[in-house]
Amino acid sequence: MKHPIVLLVLTNFREFLRQPGAVFWAVFFPVLMAGGLGLAFTQKGELNQKIAFVGNDQTEEKSWSKKVGNETTGFTNYEFLNVGFDEGLVLLKRGTVDLIVKKEGEDYKYHFDPLNPEAQLAYINLTAALNGNQTLSNGEDVVPLKEIGSRYIDFLVPGLMAMGVMMSCMWGISYGLIEKRSKMLLRRMVATPMRKAHFMTALLVSRTVMSAIEASILVVFSWFFFDIHIEGSFSALVVLYLSGTLAFAGIAILTASRTDNTYVGNGILNAVVMPMMILSGIFFSYHGFPDWAVSVIRLFPLTIFADTARAIFIEGAGWSQIVLPVGVLAGLGLVCMSIGMKVFKWY
Amino acid sequence: MKEVQIAARQVIKHFKDVKAVNGIDLTIYKGEFVALLGPNGAGKTTLVEMIEGIQKPDSGEIKLKGMTWAEHAGQLHQIIGLSLQETRFIEKLRVRETLELFASFYGLGSERVEEVLELVNLTEKQKAFTDKLSGGQRQRMALGISLLNEPEILLLDEPTTGLDPNARRELWDILLNLRKRKGTTLILTTHYMEEAAYLCDRIVIMDQGNILAEGTLKQLLSKHVKGEIIDFTVDRPMERDVLPGQQAILNYTFDKDTLSGELLVTDIVKFLPDFLLYVQQEKIQIDSLECRKLTLDDLFTSMTGRHINQ
Repeated sequence: MKHPIVLLVLTNFREFLRQPGAVFWAVFFPVLMAGGLGLAFTQKGELNQKIAFVGNDQTEEKSWSKKVGNETTGFTNYEFLNVGFDEGLVLLKRGTVDLIVKKEGEDYKYHFDPLNPEAQLAYINLTAALNGNQTLSNGEDVVPLKEIGSRYIDFLVPGLMAMGVMMSCMWGISYGLIEKRSKMLLRRMVATPMRKAHFMTALLVSRTVMSAIEASILVVFSWFFFDIHIEGSFSALVVLYLSGTLAFAGIAILTASRTDNTYVGNGILNAVVMPMMILSGIFFSYHGFPDWAVSVIRLFPLTIFADTARAIFIEGAGWSQIVLPVGVLAGLGLVCMSIGMKVFKWY
Repeated sequence: MKEVQIAARQVIKHFKDVKAVNGIDLTIYKGEFVALLGPNGAGKTTLVEMIEGIQKPDSGEIKLKGMTWAEHAGQLHQIIGLSLQETRFIEKLRVRETLELFASFYGLGSERVEEVLELVNLTEKQKAFTDKLSGGQRQRMALGISLLNEPEILLLDEPTTGLDPNARRELWDILLNLRKRKGTTLILTTHYMEEAAYLCDRIVIMDQGNILAEGTLKQLLSKHVKGEIIDFTVDRPMERDVLPGQQAILNYTFDKDTLSGELLVTDIVKFLPDFLLYVQQEKIQIDSLECRKLTLDDLFTSMTGRHINQ
């Protein structure tokens, strides 16, 4: 005879692993994302940018290209489209071009939105190039940063790991609970001598193991393909991972504590998950937001988790740096879990 | 003296403005098979779920073997078995795995699982995923789960709703077998009167949260409805006044469109020869004739003015 916790854990594994779709989205999607984004940002090829050119000689050819840059800084290929000003304006509004160059006599006038960084960069490059220089500098003063820890992929992977834990807990636990409630399965289970604590323990254990497997696959993949390293303490990373899992498991249980409607559950889950996914700086830094927003974003559990994971991965952080975030995450998890259990609707 | 297994006293349950159960008293004895019969919304499920401890009554008291849910939930979970009106099990779990999971809650191992698989005729399907089972197989699995702990009290909420006659019959056989071998007490809710009549010693008829009548099928029919029924179809309309044996006719209806009539009479044996003689003399052609005893549906209709399956 097997202990109920063992069978409940096994049940959770079977339920998950026997649905290939769920396994794909939970395990392979983050890996594909790391692969895709990693490749996109580590193997930067030649950039192409279209420019509207308004000349005063209408007999010129329709379009021509000019390559600007050097081996060190990378090349940008500017494709000039010979158009009238009004047509150029339409192309700018559509986003086809970022900048209109208008030839007035021997001078060039540049029409662009100064808040658009792409346009700004094109302006700087083109003014230098059209004024006779290849670029502003020949690239001798540029030192390309290619060392591990300073690349985009080094920034991305810890964030993806944290996001993976959040998604795994929120969808795995919350959605699983809401679905079991709507199927009357929770009601059926608590009509037996099953202990509620056993049920919840099994849920936490299986989710911790599953998201650990998911995170490990992501890290191993990133190590193999992108040479990612964990600069800091591995044990600190494990403890951070556990506290992060506890935090999101707690939030997941609280989120799923009442509703038995999967549509409502979907909405609540998205309301919790989406702001963090967008704002917590998983894919791009949140420091571009205004200061007041940054101070709010820093309080999100996903931000705390991802920033601390980055500190361990990239900056070599150890135990002393993780005590506070680990405490906050674990505390948040325990508080949410206690409230969630208190108001939990089994029937 | 008969041992009381379930005692409900003045049980009331509201849902917002609806009084689902309206001051019900019910006593069920050890080994009894009792059917709660009534249409949808009669309060059967609410009453059963209160007995199962899933819902709490607003007022009144329910005791199982002298114990209440508030004080003895642990013990009561061990002695009851139940099947809810609608449970969907984990789709990607096999039949055997599902039974093993539930068996573990009772501290039971795979031997008992095998016994139950055999009992509910699912040994061959033990490796099937639960979402691949037919309706009848799924209901048998739900019944199997409810029987894992060899419950003293079994509560089944509409266990055969939606099943075809064969699947229903299979489930009935399992339950009758259980009664023979184990002496289990059963409460079964149903809106199939033939199920109540076939399986149960006692029938409790419910409607709108109240018990309308209770007793054995025979008691209910003899106490609440008198007479027997003759249904017939003829080739021309027949008025009540022209029929013979007027004193024996309790009720008469005739549908002129279908040319079919229904006679409620005190005694078919005495009435029928006169009726047939009259028909012969009048040269009326009989297309169909059926004599039958009154059913629970007739009883329910006479009490509420509605059919039980409406």
